[in-house]
Amino acid sequence: MLARRVIPCLDVADGRVVKGTRFVDLTDEGDPAELAERYAREGADEIVFLDITAAPEGRGTVLDVVRRTASRAFVPLTVGGGVRSVDEMRDVLRAGADKVSFNTAAVATPGLLTECARRFGSQAVVCAIDARRRPPRPPSTAEPVAVAGATTWEVVTHGGRTPTGLEAVEWAQRAVALGAGELLVTSMDRDGTRSGFDTELLRAISSRVRVPVIASGGAAGPEDFVLAVRDGGADAVLAASIFHRQMYSIDEVKQAMAAAGLPVRPVEEAAA
Amino acid sequence: MSARRPPVVAVLDYGAANMVSISQALVAAGAHAVVATDAAGLQGVDAIVVPGVGAAAPAMVHLRERGLLEPLREWVRADRPCLGICLGYQLFFDRSAEGDAETLGLLAGRTLALEGAPTLPHIGWNTVEAVRPHPLFEGIADGSHFYFVHSFAPAPEDETVVVARTTHGRPFVSAVASGSLYGLQFHPEKSDEAGQRLLANFLRLVVAADGKVAAGGTGAVARGAVVS
Repeated sequence: MLARRVIPCLDVADGRVVKGTRFVDLTDEGDPAELAERYAREGADEIVFLDITAAPEGRGTVLDVVRRTASRAFVPLTVGGGVRSVDEMRDVLRAGADKVSFNTAAVATPGLLTECARRFGSQAVVCAIDARRRPPRPPSTAEPVAVAGATTWEVVTHGGRTPTGLEAVEWAQRAVALGAGELLVTSMDRDGTRSGFDTELLRAISSRVRVPVIASGGAAGPEDFVLAVRDGGADAVLAASIFHRQMYSIDEVKQAMAAAGLPVRPVEEAAA
Repeated sequence: MSARRPPVVAVLDYGAANMVSISQALVAAGAHAVVATDAAGLQGVDAIVVPGVGAAAPAMVHLRERGLLEPLREWVRADRPCLGICLGYQLFFDRSAEGDAETLGLLAGRTLALEGAPTLPHIGWNTVEAVRPHPLFEGIADGSHFYFVHSFAPAPEDETVVVARTTHGRPFVSAVASGSLYGLQFHPEKSDEAGQRLLANFLRLVVAADGKVAAGGTGAVARGAVVS
């Protein structure tokens, strides 16, 4: 039976892991390759590197991180942030990554998803969707997907600073039609708040697409992972700070999921 | 080949795979991995790995363009060790429903879309259930998790080649073996400890096959013959 994945996310700037609230108060937390290898040993089902390097000249450093990780940790690696073209994606895959996640670039140039899927296969193309709740709409402005009065979410980019006007569920469906083989759905209302995943958002998307949905944004503890899968219909769950701050281990999260009857790849199997 | 020399494994590069991951995983498992982009790259190697993700039709075009089709067929006809991974495994069969492509025809059967799958692509760690014991899975608990990324899987006509099955919606064949030809729908190079052990087992089979040849064996087992 297909296991529900637990995925630690490492924010990487200039080749170093940084943590803190995503874009401010960054503190250096060490070598991403070393941390990734440790997570793999501890049972991570996949590792996501989110490249938040600000300066263009620092961009190449994530390739070196992927290269070093791929030679030591034999689990799937995904790179997000800053990839804007087929050629850039090729470089990331050649460094040893398995997937590339597109966020702002996909919104700006949706055809990029199609081009990359054609070249490397849909399985390598992840569309990251950052979504924020909108206030309920009056009945007169109802859209095809959004039932009048029901909750809707708007896609935002640039770390939540830029509203796009796109409706998140519609964008999710379109991204899949364009070629995305997986969706990484982050609730910007919950991200960094440790108040649990937005399971309503996850369900709204997972019930309308066939590709796997990765839940992100808001994890506070193992129970949230259970809810993201059970209530949100997520296929995988991503978190950053609760792992980096060693509030919970991957094993503790997986044990809670297993106790709730969800299929997981046991950590002892990974460490066998 | 001397027992001390690590087996030389050629990873076929036909523009459809993450060459870095499979090469590094083979090296970690004890191989000397080389990347082969044409027939000359197969000179002097002990085994071939056919990796790959993506679609069958363009993969066949690339194999043909690089002059690898016939050398690969001859290699397998001579029962020399060959491991196909994901798309590489699917190419061993007669045809693929993905783009209705004619494939290598080394094993009887067709590659079909996964039916009844709750999610597609089938991405993630799934359990591999043994149909029969096989040295590839030695030391790996039955039902261990391996990493999958695919939407199609082969349906072998010859049940005796089936080594393991996996269920996503419905069961499909996730591992086959026929003589020294091995096929895996999952990615051992992305499957952590279980995958590394499987690759090490493959390398042991490569060394054993080489010993057989060195000892004067025929080195030729008929298509469909089973090693176990």
